[in-house]
Amino acid sequence: MSRNDCSNQTMTKSDEKSFRKWDADTFPGHRVVLGRDEPLRLDCGTGLSNFTVAYQTYGKLNANKTNAIMICHALTGDQFVAEPHPITGKPGWWDLMVGPGKPIDTDRYFVICSNILGGCMGTIGPREINPETGSPWAIKFPVITIADMVRAQVMLLDHLEIERLFAVAGGSIGGMQVLEWAASYPERVFAAAPIATTVHHSAQNIAFHEVGRQAIMADPDWCGGDYQTEGRNPERGLSIARMAAHVTYLSELALQSKFGRRLQDREAITYGFEADFQVESYLRHQGSTFVDRFDANSYLYITRAADYFDMAESHGGSVADAFRDTPVRFCVISFDSDWLYPTAESRVIVNSLNAVAANVSFAEFQTSFGHDSFLLNVPEFHRVFRGFLNGAADHYGLPRNGHGGNAR
Amino acid sequence: MMTENQRKAIRVDLQLIADMIEPNSRVLDIGCEDGTLLDYLVNFKQVDGRGIELSTEGVNACVSAGLPVIQGDADTDLATYPDNAFDYVVLSQTLQAMVAPRTVVKHLVRIGKRAIVSFPNFGHWRARSHLALTGRMPVSDALPYQWYDTPNIHLCTIKDFVEMCRETETIIERSISLNERGNARRINSGPLLANLFGVQAVFVLRR
Repeated sequence: MSRNDCSNQTMTKSDEKSFRKWDADTFPGHRVVLGRDEPLRLDCGTGLSNFTVAYQTYGKLNANKTNAIMICHALTGDQFVAEPHPITGKPGWWDLMVGPGKPIDTDRYFVICSNILGGCMGTIGPREINPETGSPWAIKFPVITIADMVRAQVMLLDHLEIERLFAVAGGSIGGMQVLEWAASYPERVFAAAPIATTVHHSAQNIAFHEVGRQAIMADPDWCGGDYQTEGRNPERGLSIARMAAHVTYLSELALQSKFGRRLQDREAITYGFEADFQVESYLRHQGSTFVDRFDANSYLYITRAADYFDMAESHGGSVADAFRDTPVRFCVISFDSDWLYPTAESRVIVNSLNAVAANVSFAEFQTSFGHDSFLLNVPEFHRVFRGFLNGAADHYGLPRNGHGGNAR
Repeated sequence: MMTENQRKAIRVDLQLIADMIEPNSRVLDIGCEDGTLLDYLVNFKQVDGRGIELSTEGVNACVSAGLPVIQGDADTDLATYPDNAFDYVVLSQTLQAMVAPRTVVKHLVRIGKRAIVSFPNFGHWRARSHLALTGRMPVSDALPYQWYDTPNIHLCTIKDFVEMCRETETIIERSISLNERGNARRINSGPLLANLFGVQAVFVLRR
């Protein structure tokens, strides 16, 4: 790829660009220091005190504070759900779902999304400064779990003085957080929508993540994790990780119909290793743009957290036990072209909820987009999801019109 | 909150089933289609209702109307539910499409304190005479399919069903037949006539 021959000069230029754009203090939204009184007790045993969480909100919280929806973002998502991304300028990652008049209607609901623990968009993570050393945490940052991410979100909710969420929703690794919310804080969640997700990472899921991590760590610019202090950035490793992962987010059909065997800007194959095929060019582009907005060490930490996710293991051997007597209304959603977290994984969630006679809806949607379907324009999914929220809101007593009560 | 749409009348067999269900109970409707019965029960009987439906269109209609319905198959998914999880489990006009109807009925009375089962009666005189006189499989309003494309793979008569309940030691609390005009009568008051003139039957079962 074009970056293979990147000289020191290009690296420096690229780094300047990244560092200039990548100043969390300049991002829109809010940042709050949590864990001032009580540290966040991480699963690994470490306590985190005085740590920053960056978050964004949309819509208005009503007077009773009953219309809040927490959105949990996925591996490479962030708090910029429904506004242009501050680095790339692209539309928010769930712009189709969240906004005025959208299924998650910000004229009605107060939407909160925080950058997850270990993330790189302003919440504490490996690229933030460790106050004890004055240097970035890098891989000295404690290994975090999905449950830790949710604990940080709970602390944010306490800070916002919101007792109970109307709903928590998210796809993929965001869906894992949704399940963790419902299992560990059922009294603080009325409705939960885990989308295109799983109760545990399969061997195949772990395998793909490991390929990505090894690509990052094999890049000499990774520098044992200390690339920030060395003034470098493992762009090649991170972009390869992104390329491999991106394939898992699509589907064979999507790749075939979008690219087939079509050639990129040429009439014939070149008998070389340039990007002859459109699919190669596309993946290289995906990889090279990703490094401008994502931190390599964050990628290591968040993929690790997903690998460690196993609801049965963390709830006494049975997923059903995690949800016994749950008052939460669930809406489980899967997509038939998703081979990363296929429908069978969602059925495990549904069967576990059935086993405790929980209130659960489950729909599988036919798409060709693969795992990314939850982010894309699937009108039937959006219609059904809107209906689920409306039904739940009726049961929760949220008024149908206006801003969900007296806006503050 | 009821809308005009929800006030509309429901099918006569569904109304019969709805009338058997106590208000504020927990109900699982298996094969709930577009959620007509479930919606009625939630709105008029304030039940805590759930549904299972095989078709994508049915599931999407239900969930988008705010009804808690899962996409699933009664033949495989009932095993995941715990004992006595519901006050009523409803299987309306679906038994005959099950791969293993006997197993399904056992699950119904295990999951529900009561099971309400309705099915088309293959012992109806039209079905009998159609087969006897034309020598061909019956096709009627109640059973409108040709033999090769019917989803109804396990048709039975009222008498067959009563016999299966006896064999599986399932208690029949109530049994009602509906004739062609939709008039209901207790099967016990004349089982032979019910089996001849009932177009469909509704049974209330328990373990």
